[in-house]
Amino acid sequence: MSADLSTILPEILLSLFAIGALLGAVYTGKDNAASALVWLTSAVMLVLAIWIGTMGGDANTGFGGMFIDDAFSRFAKVVILVSAAAVLVMSEGYMTQRGLLRFEYPMLVALSVVGMMMMVSAGDLMSLYMGLELQSLALYVIASLRRDSAKSTEAGLKYFVLGALSSGLLLYGASLVYGYAGTTLFSGIIQTAVHGEVSLGLLFGLIFLISGMAFKVSAVPFHMWTPDVYEGAPTPVTAFFATAPKVAAMGLFARVMHDAFGAAVADWQQVVALLSVLSMFLGAIAAIGQTNIKRLMAYSSIAHMGYALIGLAAGTAMGVQAMLIYMAIYVTMNIGTFAFILMMERDGQPVTDIASLNMYSKVHPGKAIALLVLLFSLAGVPPMLGFFAKLGVWQAGIDAGLVWLVVASAVASAIGAYYYLRIVFFMYFGDEQAEPLDKGRSPILWGFLMASAVIMVIGVVNLFGIEGPAMAAATALVN
Amino acid sequence: MDNILSIVTFIPAAAALIMALFLRGDDAAARKNAKWIAMVATVATFVASLFVLSGFDASETSFQMVEQGSWIMGLQYKMGVDGISILFVMLTTFMMPLVIAASWNVETRIKEYMIAFLLLETLMLGVFMALDLVLFYLFFEAGLIPMFLIIGIWGGANRIYASFKFFLYTFLGSVLMLVAMVGMYADAGTTDIAMLLKHEFSYGTINVLGIQVVGGLQTLMFLAFFASFAVKMPMWPVHTWLPDAHVQAPTAGSVVLAAILLKMGGYGFLRFSLPMFPVGSDVMANFVLWMSAIAIVYTSLVALVQEDMKKLIAYSSVAHMGFVTMGIFSANQQGLDGAIFQMISHGFISGALFLCVGVIYDRMHTREIDAYGGLVNRMPAYAMIFMFFTMANVGLPGTSGFVGEFLTLIAVFQVNTWVAAVATTGVIFSAAYGLWLYRRVVMGDLIKESLKSITDMTTRERWIFAPLVVMTLLLGVYPALVLDIIGPSVTALVTQYDTALAAAADAVTQVASH
Repeated sequence: MSADLSTILPEILLSLFAIGALLGAVYTGKDNAASALVWLTSAVMLVLAIWIGTMGGDANTGFGGMFIDDAFSRFAKVVILVSAAAVLVMSEGYMTQRGLLRFEYPMLVALSVVGMMMMVSAGDLMSLYMGLELQSLALYVIASLRRDSAKSTEAGLKYFVLGALSSGLLLYGASLVYGYAGTTLFSGIIQTAVHGEVSLGLLFGLIFLISGMAFKVSAVPFHMWTPDVYEGAPTPVTAFFATAPKVAAMGLFARVMHDAFGAAVADWQQVVALLSVLSMFLGAIAAIGQTNIKRLMAYSSIAHMGYALIGLAAGTAMGVQAMLIYMAIYVTMNIGTFAFILMMERDGQPVTDIASLNMYSKVHPGKAIALLVLLFSLAGVPPMLGFFAKLGVWQAGIDAGLVWLVVASAVASAIGAYYYLRIVFFMYFGDEQAEPLDKGRSPILWGFLMASAVIMVIGVVNLFGIEGPAMAAATALVN
Repeated sequence: MDNILSIVTFIPAAAALIMALFLRGDDAAARKNAKWIAMVATVATFVASLFVLSGFDASETSFQMVEQGSWIMGLQYKMGVDGISILFVMLTTFMMPLVIAASWNVETRIKEYMIAFLLLETLMLGVFMALDLVLFYLFFEAGLIPMFLIIGIWGGANRIYASFKFFLYTFLGSVLMLVAMVGMYADAGTTDIAMLLKHEFSYGTINVLGIQVVGGLQTLMFLAFFASFAVKMPMWPVHTWLPDAHVQAPTAGSVVLAAILLKMGGYGFLRFSLPMFPVGSDVMANFVLWMSAIAIVYTSLVALVQEDMKKLIAYSSVAHMGFVTMGIFSANQQGLDGAIFQMISHGFISGALFLCVGVIYDRMHTREIDAYGGLVNRMPAYAMIFMFFTMANVGLPGTSGFVGEFLTLIAVFQVNTWVAAVATTGVIFSAAYGLWLYRRVVMGDLIKESLKSITDMTTRERWIFAPLVVMTLLLGVYPALVLDIIGPSVTALVTQYDTALAAAADAVTQVASH
């Protein structure tokens, strides 16, 4: 029992912290402590990230295999915790300024992070669902954090209804899988789900599972909620949606596909490849017409999930490694980009119209160049890290014989480059405008923007050494 | 000096970084500093590159001054030069100080401007020295970013359209090449160019989506690389981005584009397509030869009717690049010698021609041919320079333009007489548009009111042209200067190509039918 508990110690600690802080805040009064709590929460998350990151050691399982603590889950958890901590810190100023910062916010984020940590560690359909729902419920609430805004509540409601639908699909799939495999444990399912012997019912279950998870990573055709939720939610919340939950969902996706259905790669490879190619093209094409930078980032994230799914579709350790590196780089780029979006203000009011960036480079040359770097990185132009992310998944794809998918994604990335260039166009080539954006006085946001841009450039030297851990994570998952 | 190549490559980038971090303000002093830092950096790069040239042993055909270190994702940081690449390196380092000098009067955002050009120089040098596939791609592709900004920020009225077209055209071509590179890595297990040159890619006929592909993998790879290099060259019919980009780019941008960036395509063919996919190249050679011939004639005719000087010269560039591809895909000694020679010489000549346009554009702010006429009356020195480079562009014997054209025509004559016949008419057309342009701009009476007060070239401008005149003449009368350096490497390349084809004789007999 104590061994079981020690495998989920980080999760327990974070939950205890969230509950304790919640109680404390309720007793001591209102939202005065919210700012401090935000900082405290991210500090706790960072400490946990460092702890998990340096833990090392062999894979442990707890609770009869329901919970897996291996190199893969550790890698994903570190990325999740660090990005969640970063986004929390970033949101503090913005939310205080607009009176949105309540003490529940950091607590909900912390709880959803616990859910995410469960997701990437799940070894069983039950624990998978528990983690997923814990995460989702917290996210539904923070999507509608701005209670007096119709758009924000609409976003929350939309997310909730569609999320419930996808959870339903997933549960239905899980029940079919249970029915035909006779167990909910991944280690048991993999015995039954062997290529060539997969029964029709199991296949149906698998497809429903994939649909449910595709919703969470917002892969086409389960992406419809993404632009609306991204646009409607307060910007810091959007930044959160675009980072940690995506990593968790991808991690979960990889976990299920490899741990439970790793012996039947050929049965799901084409499905994932299809999700991937649809996401890349829809993300690339639909973003062209967007004028709202948050909606644009929504389509951009759909496209990026498409690229990351190439790594999953490859069905190899190399593919998982590439996917993990992709997600880590993607998260870093997005944190920087959202730090920039959070700074887009005019007269203290947030602005999301891309055209408001007209001639931005004249007024704010430093921030403009940082965003320039991030945008080219998002487009996958070397020498920025975004290029190496794509290179990695393409290598894995070609290696697995998915040449058509890689060629398609090359074309999609060329189309997608256009809308990133459009932002550059406004910043550098646009017309002078009467009312430029505010100077933006947040050193924190500025710091995140710059750090992320610098990482994109100097990461070229050695990728900050994440290749090794990613490889270890991938081999822990695929064997 | 073990890492002389890296030093050469990264001097400009280091200068750009210093400028970005430490140069503050936008007053006259800061502007002056920006210009001088850029000038010093480019001259220093040139001087450093002279060490590369002096240390280079032309008789050795393998890569020299190689630097190697492991890098991320199984890739390598590997730099080196051989007879094929070294002159492109020299061309780049030679042209850049002139480009900076030609930008002396730029006023808007001079700091960013210089940073963009310095970064561009690093990236261009990297392209010619990289000996790792992905490193090559990195330099090759990253060059799009500064060029995109140069056209978009400092360009003419229609710069937005031109910059987007430039970026997206070349980007689409290049990502397909990247896919092929990943494929090569998967096939050969290495991204080291020196190793890949020894690797034999399979050439058995394969079936792709119901189409029988003769030459198999090699042809597919060739096509993927072709998609990138043909756009970069640019070859007809994917050349349409070039006139737009040239017209809209500032003078210095046009010079870099014409003199150096276009050469990346030709260099790519020589470095990758020919030696790595000999069978694929052979399968496609006739196709490419005809496309080159069409390019030469068609774009020359188009050049005849242009009303914008830069556009005219841009089309003439496309025509001259047609000679280059023609020479390359003749795949014999004269062809490759001629192609490389033509690229170097075109670097000087077209760069100079764009500078010539820049000189009068700076004064009159128009590139319309009709807006000029009779300039010889007030600008004798300019008329002289312009005539010299027009003649060089036409390919007058005694200038470097002649040697390249002549060699490539000899080469293609041995391979495909018809193509040679068609391409030779291009020489006549080029004389036609070149001389006619000169006639309309420089000759005649000075009747236009606006031109009455135009002044001749300043000392700075004369000094910019001087080295170009010297090089054009020198290479024209003594081409061995170039041919001795490239000769052994070209011979090795041709031998390798012929050997590979002979070894693949089965595949070749299927091809011979066309």
